[in-house]
Amino acid sequence: MVELVWLIPAFPLLGFLVLLVAGRKLGEPGAGIFATLMMGGSFLSAVAVFVGLVDRNENDRFYELTLFEWIPSGDFSVDVGFLADPLAITMTLFITGIATLIHLYSIGYMHGDANFYKFFLYLILFAFSMLMLVLGNNLLLTFLGWEGVGTCSYLLISFWFTDEANASAGKKAFVTNRVGDFGFMIAMFLAFFTFGSINYGEMLSGAPGMAVGTATAITLLLFVGAAGKSAQFPLYLWLPDAMAGPTPVSALIHAATMVTSGIYLLTRVNPIIAQADGWAPDIIMWVGLFTALFAASIAVAQKDIKKVLAFSTVSQLGFMFVAVGSGVYVAAIFHMITHAFFKALLFLGAGSVIHGMHDEQDMRRYGALYKVMPVTAFTFIIGWLAIAGVPPFAGFWSKDEILLGAYNENKVAWVLLLLAAVMTAFYMSRLVFMTFFGKARWDAEIDGEVPEHEIHPHESPKTMLLPLVVLAGLAAAGGAMNLPFTHSLKRLEIWLEPSLFGNEQHINVAAGTKWGLAIIAIVGALSGVAGAAWIYLKHKAPASLVEKPIMESGWGYDTAVSNFMGGPGRKGFDAAAWFDKTIIDGVVNGAGSVVKGSGTLLAKLQTGYVRSSAVGIAGGAVALVVYFLARTSF
Amino acid sequence: MSLILASSETVTFPVAPALILLPLLGAVAIALLPKRQFEQAKTLALVVSTLVGAITLWVLFEFDQADAGYQFVSEQSWIDSLGISWLAGIDGISLFLVVLSGLLFPLAIVAVDPGHDHKAYYAWLLVLEAGCLGVFVALDLFMFFVFFEIVLVPMYFLIGKWGHANREYAATKFFLYTMFGSALMLVGIVSLVTLHANETGGDLTFNLVTIAETQALGTNAARLIFLTFALAFAVKVPMFPLHTWLPDAHTEAPTAGSVILAGVMLKLGTYGFIRFGLYLFPEASVWFAPVMITLGVIGIIYGAIVATMQKDLKRLVAYSSVAHLGFIIIGTFALNVQGIEGGILQMVNHGISTGALFLLVGWIYERRHTRQIAELGGLQKSAPIMAAVFTLVMLSSIGLPGLNGFVGEFLILLGTFTAHRWWAVVATSGVILAALYLLWAYQRVFHGPAEGENAEMEDLKWSEGFIMIPFIVAIFFMGIYPKPVIERMEPAVERLVAHIETNVEGFTEPVANHGAGNGFGDLEVESSESGTEGDEHE
Amino acid sequence: MPNVDAAYYLILAAMLFSIGAFGLLVRRNPLVMFMCVELMLNAVNLTFVAFSRDLNDVGGQVNVFFVLVVAAAEVVVGLAIIVAVMRHRPGATADDLSVLRG
Repeated sequence: MVELVWLIPAFPLLGFLVLLVAGRKLGEPGAGIFATLMMGGSFLSAVAVFVGLVDRNENDRFYELTLFEWIPSGDFSVDVGFLADPLAITMTLFITGIATLIHLYSIGYMHGDANFYKFFLYLILFAFSMLMLVLGNNLLLTFLGWEGVGTCSYLLISFWFTDEANASAGKKAFVTNRVGDFGFMIAMFLAFFTFGSINYGEMLSGAPGMAVGTATAITLLLFVGAAGKSAQFPLYLWLPDAMAGPTPVSALIHAATMVTSGIYLLTRVNPIIAQADGWAPDIIMWVGLFTALFAASIAVAQKDIKKVLAFSTVSQLGFMFVAVGSGVYVAAIFHMITHAFFKALLFLGAGSVIHGMHDEQDMRRYGALYKVMPVTAFTFIIGWLAIAGVPPFAGFWSKDEILLGAYNENKVAWVLLLLAAVMTAFYMSRLVFMTFFGKARWDAEIDGEVPEHEIHPHESPKTMLLPLVVLAGLAAAGGAMNLPFTHSLKRLEIWLEPSLFGNEQHINVAAGTKWGLAIIAIVGALSGVAGAAWIYLKHKAPASLVEKPIMESGWGYDTAVSNFMGGPGRKGFDAAAWFDKTIIDGVVNGAGSVVKGSGTLLAKLQTGYVRSSAVGIAGGAVALVVYFLARTSF
Repeated sequence: MSLILASSETVTFPVAPALILLPLLGAVAIALLPKRQFEQAKTLALVVSTLVGAITLWVLFEFDQADAGYQFVSEQSWIDSLGISWLAGIDGISLFLVVLSGLLFPLAIVAVDPGHDHKAYYAWLLVLEAGCLGVFVALDLFMFFVFFEIVLVPMYFLIGKWGHANREYAATKFFLYTMFGSALMLVGIVSLVTLHANETGGDLTFNLVTIAETQALGTNAARLIFLTFALAFAVKVPMFPLHTWLPDAHTEAPTAGSVILAGVMLKLGTYGFIRFGLYLFPEASVWFAPVMITLGVIGIIYGAIVATMQKDLKRLVAYSSVAHLGFIIIGTFALNVQGIEGGILQMVNHGISTGALFLLVGWIYERRHTRQIAELGGLQKSAPIMAAVFTLVMLSSIGLPGLNGFVGEFLILLGTFTAHRWWAVVATSGVILAALYLLWAYQRVFHGPAEGENAEMEDLKWSEGFIMIPFIVAIFFMGIYPKPVIERMEPAVERLVAHIETNVEGFTEPVANHGAGNGFGDLEVESSESGTEGDEHE
Repeated sequence: MPNVDAAYYLILAAMLFSIGAFGLLVRRNPLVMFMCVELMLNAVNLTFVAFSRDLNDVGGQVNVFFVLVVAAAEVVVGLAIIVAVMRHRPGATADDLSVLRG
């Protein structure tokens, strides 16, 4: 059944083409239902391939399917082909699964939008690109998916394009990602230069023999690409702005799938990272760690519910990079999956709240919503507990693995990462308490403004609630796929082993230490929750204690960058345009003027009088005679 | 030498003369039409150009892709005493440029109405088509020069007569600037031919293949003559810093003029570099390659930066051409198969994407009578289909994988990386800037609230939509399945690279190392040595 | 007939030529200017003949015929132009015809 791998992207592609041609006719909700069915088909094919792969011998779980030769040129050749291995299929399963749920959810969320079918057109094209990204059997096809998801992200962020802010956010996302793509492209050239091929099979089998310097360079260049796509410092800027898009987009693209592709990419090329100099993975780890802390601190002070989740995503992605940098790839993938479950859940829950609150996103106008939105509140609370790291919810298990990996690598890193985890528990609890508990502040006056209409929150339709319930189940029980107690319970680790080529860092610490670390993590999480309860439920301390303005503004980094772009950056560009117009073109026009001017001067000699011409002739004749006489020696 | 020419099968249909004479005859016929019947002039021009397009398509299908030599060769002695002959043929390098010209002209003719003096307009367009095709098929230096110069005349009139407000300035600048470049090339051609005859002791000949295969010139003479050719081509491309005629000409030209100028005429320069520069002067090309690549890279970055700050939509697209053509230059002078093939692909792709962009901008201008970005806005609301097509074309121009622009750009950068690593790194940053200027322009023109006339702008008409279809098909086809295209140019390109290798001592094609990172210890290794190291491995 | 020294002829020719050239430069009447040109031509003819005789070479006399033919042609065309101009603008001087001014 592994041969069916081509079906996985074929379903969304077909869906895209049909919607492109007949989307307008299908209309609402036809287009949405059709797209959901196509994604469902894709998910089922992924399951089929998964089953087929499980059936195979453990050492035979690499299936390559080449469709056609894409770009052959000289000694360079690259195919359009798929690689079905445990890593790719793991990614595929959760991508198609969550995409199906979010398509379903969007039918309700996008209800009444004038461009209903277009939304699904872009969304399913996104799913197709994402599948190309993870299933591609070479770097270039991954790059195709990589750019494809970026484009769909651009189209979806600026979906409501009449608002300048949305349009700017879309552009910002695309351009910032391009900065990362720069690294990706150079890495590809270098890989081709080194291996003579950019096919994963040939690259990865050749990696152990490659030069250390090259491996380091490729690792870091790919990390630049990954940092762009997965919103790491300093390229994370686009992700918070990307929240301008419709909420299902934030859930699918900017939380669950696209932003994790950087981690996927680095995991995919793990033999190259293993070959690189030791400081290269260290850089990955420290950048991830810094991002995790940095973004968590910003999330603490956000007022907009989606902004909190956005910075939370940046922070959680930082966790995954810490895992990659510490060599615990399984933990990275594990956290990626559980994060996809609970963050998609949280975003969809937030979408449900925003939907129920008539597009109000400011948490200061929320409160006590659990009464009117019970299902949303219940599922949201599960997501909250999962991300906060409370056992036995999914997030606890995966985060614990990463903390363990960091502890194994560097004790300082472990302490800092633990701090980030505590902050995570704090800001998520803050969000939950402000939104669902406390007093209702639905028409509160904020900055001198009150809502234009009276707000009557209501629970969302069933198409929106069903995905919430399913995701809540996954967020609650997802940890079961990789439990640390015995080796046989580490199912994900065993399953992923062939794709990691023995580069997974196996941690040898005593069982007691493990238990101790886990308990410290739990205590940390609970103290974060308690701290938030202290301030936001009991109001024992003012919120201003933690919500510093500088944190709300993201430590001024975003402003600094945009000030630079709008100030010196723009001036520099303007100077280039001025230089072109004045200097370069000036020289050209100057040359023209010189010729023209001298011509005008010389033309004055042409008086038009016969006698002046005659004088010229006579003078010339006399001059000639004098010349010849002078030359003649008498 | 004669082998190369003879290797093609004998085709009874005289393709090259037909490609050149048909539009010329069409132009004469239009000129002879009664003055009032301008509708007939358009029909006639369309019929003739479509016929030419059909012939080029037929050539595409008849083309023997395994053959590295010239096919469809036609030879006719012309001025025997000077060794000048009518010698034309098509090989893998010129094939797609011929097809591009053949297809772009009918689209440009049907897309926009000139508004006045229809007869002369269509006649000049057909003369222009003859000239462009003539350059691409010419294998005789004299014949090439004649066509290279002929194209200036119709374009001068097209800009000067049917252009926008500042048209006379632009037309004159265009004419004088390009004329200035090619005047020196004539000196170069004449000295090349006479020196060749002196060195070989034979008769004068302008035959490109004979001269190139003999390589009779001394190193210094060849380098000097290369410079005269390079100047002519660099102005035509245009390369930084000789580019300033382009924005003016593009902005002031009528839409069809811009389409042809960007789509076909700029390729005369880059094509000239490959066909004449590399082939006639392999040693000089290797010698000057670093200079050329440097100028190309400057063009990429500089063109993009200047494009970003343009206030006029057409000017912006014009500067984007400077950047795109910079890519072609560095690909060509990477002097390996990937680079040159990428360069040829990029020529075709730039013709498709920029041609389509100019058409779209032209249609916006027809509706809104302005090209100022600041006066436009929110057009996606009033013209969603146009916005969708614009988005696609824009993404192709940005170089999105899966669309045509990417394949050429990728191969160019790959080839350049193997040859001159750091320049490739700098050039790659051009892809960031490309996204910046196009997306920013798109945002200001199509996004945001639509006010005033912008809110009522008419969407793409059916007829305009049909014109866009070939562009869209090409954008996807060349992006998803470029193999048939690359395969057809590969033998000719490989032969060209082999020609450079045999004629330049100590030069081997810069290629990647085969095998897992052997012989590539640290990053500082100069790439030119890597070729030999790769050989060790084999 | 006594042999007159060729120098006398040449001096005469030079004087005639100078008178012609001077007249051409100072007079504005097209007809007079025209006559001055004729004078210069015939001065040259005289030189030719003088040298021809002095050097005993008939080639000089052949050249005279050429000059005479040219002069005749010039008279035909030039006079026609002058007449045409005069008809168009009676009393025009040479300075009035300066359309070739730069």
